[in-house]
Amino acid sequence: MSGILVVQEAGRNRISFEALAAGRVLAELTGLPLETAAVGDPNSTVFVETSGQPPVVAHAVQHPLLEKYTSDGYVLAFEQLIRKLEPSFIVFPHTYQSRDYVPRLATRFGQVLIGDITGIEAGPTFVRQLFQGKMTGSYRHPGDGPCFLSIQAGAFRADPPQAGTFTILPFEPEIPASAIRTKPGVPFRGSAQTVDLGSAQLIVSVGRGIKEADNLPLVQDLATALGAELAASRPICDSGWLPLERQVGSSGQTVSPKLYLAVGISGAIQHLVGMKGSQCIVAINKDPDAPIFEVADYGIVGDLFEVVPALTEAVKAAKQ
Amino acid sequence: MKIIVAIKQVPERDAQVRIDAAAKWIEASDLQYALNESDAYALEEALQLKEKHGGEVIVVTAGPERVGQTIREALAKGADRGIHIDCDDLESRDALGVARLLAAAVKPENADLLLTGLQSEDLGQGQTGVILAELLDLPHASLILHVEKTDTGLTVKRELEEGWFQTIELPTPAVLTIQSGGNKLRYATLMGIKRAKTKEVRRANAAELAVDAAPVAVLERVSLPQKQKSTQILPGSPKEAATALVEKLKFEVRVL
Repeated sequence: MSGILVVQEAGRNRISFEALAAGRVLAELTGLPLETAAVGDPNSTVFVETSGQPPVVAHAVQHPLLEKYTSDGYVLAFEQLIRKLEPSFIVFPHTYQSRDYVPRLATRFGQVLIGDITGIEAGPTFVRQLFQGKMTGSYRHPGDGPCFLSIQAGAFRADPPQAGTFTILPFEPEIPASAIRTKPGVPFRGSAQTVDLGSAQLIVSVGRGIKEADNLPLVQDLATALGAELAASRPICDSGWLPLERQVGSSGQTVSPKLYLAVGISGAIQHLVGMKGSQCIVAINKDPDAPIFEVADYGIVGDLFEVVPALTEAVKAAKQ
Repeated sequence: MKIIVAIKQVPERDAQVRIDAAAKWIEASDLQYALNESDAYALEEALQLKEKHGGEVIVVTAGPERVGQTIREALAKGADRGIHIDCDDLESRDALGVARLLAAAVKPENADLLLTGLQSEDLGQGQTGVILAELLDLPHASLILHVEKTDTGLTVKRELEEGWFQTIELPTPAVLTIQSGGNKLRYATLMGIKRAKTKEVRRANAAELAVDAAPVAVLERVSLPQKQKSTQILPGSPKEAATALVEKLKFEVRVL
């Protein structure tokens, strides 16, 4: 096979569909055939759920030692599958799981993952963000050997799955138990979730621009005036200024309120993936080049310590 | 416990980065630099492990002369010594190329534990630690918030997506990539800064490490991002802008 292999992730259907959509873009650009692979029993629904539109050939990678994810197990399994199929491009969804093993897998082939890509252009050229979204980088893979890619969440439009038939080929890698060096535990939730940001209609979210914990009441006042939930970007929760359950982003909650008002948030991608589905995004930031303005509907460029109190007053006045 | 922390010097968070004339990288002159944030957390984890269990903390980085400053900062916070890989073409190497440099420089140390930050703030590839583990044939775990030493190795807390976590047990030697937020970062004390001046920084030369420098993935062009939406910037004084925004929220977004 000199084609494109899209590796999907069971339980991560949406981003797996998006990786498939990216694979289709690449197939159109290169004229190469497309196949998929995922870890799981060929009879399980993972293939129907994640493989999307037929007709495709899907490789069901299965082994008892793959039931729990370990990077050692996955690297070994996909190394064998890739050596067998010899694809030119291997496309993964960019998830915490793929980040954990794909760089290692690529190294086995003397390759390097072009990770977290947001676009595929003629060439093919692969586009990804640099400097926390302040810049864009275009990458090429000029050499021989497989090209490893991972696709950023939300960057490609996932086609809804369609009914139909496709061929599922079982693949059983050889994995000696001694090859698995890590012992993973069962995933658990961090703390009792008492705040459901996912169902909030209005969110005021605060970032590093607030400078100190003592300044938080400024933003809380605005949230209260609007009747909005208060949320935050990662650095605020890392510093312990707000509880983790109020964190929006890839490691926190994903939200899509009617209004997302971002105060002093620069808009690193880890934050944007958690909120860019909001219906209306408003950004208040002193830096006119902050990436948050790339997704904002309305923006105020200015000092939040002046803008936020003025806004709170204006909201109160409008509500009277 | 002998712990190596791979750190990176990156442009300061608020630095105004500009694209260079060839559109291949950024203008490196007159930029302010700082220690990459998740690397600061990796260093903190290492220092805390040393305080609990004894041992040595060694920081390693690759880059031109200026990265020496970041090594000194790490030494001032409490690292015992440093390794500076002299390398003037860091940006033309890909993640594998950089990891090869680091692997060659740290291998003779035979450390019990290697830590890196989760990802850098400039390239954001998040791969160096994981590749390093493969090159050194060590087990690894990524996105780690907490490290506990056990009789047989380590128990670590790994962050998963959307508020989930997982505990992983692994033997040492091992490589961990550290997520930010697991610890509170320390500042360098005056005494620390003074002591740092006398600590050893071993210089290694990138050319002498004899690793393959040719990138597999080539960064061909750096450009400004394209806007996904047309943002309407509301001008005027804070009060005028706030009033204009409330109008929008009331009549167009209809949330007031």
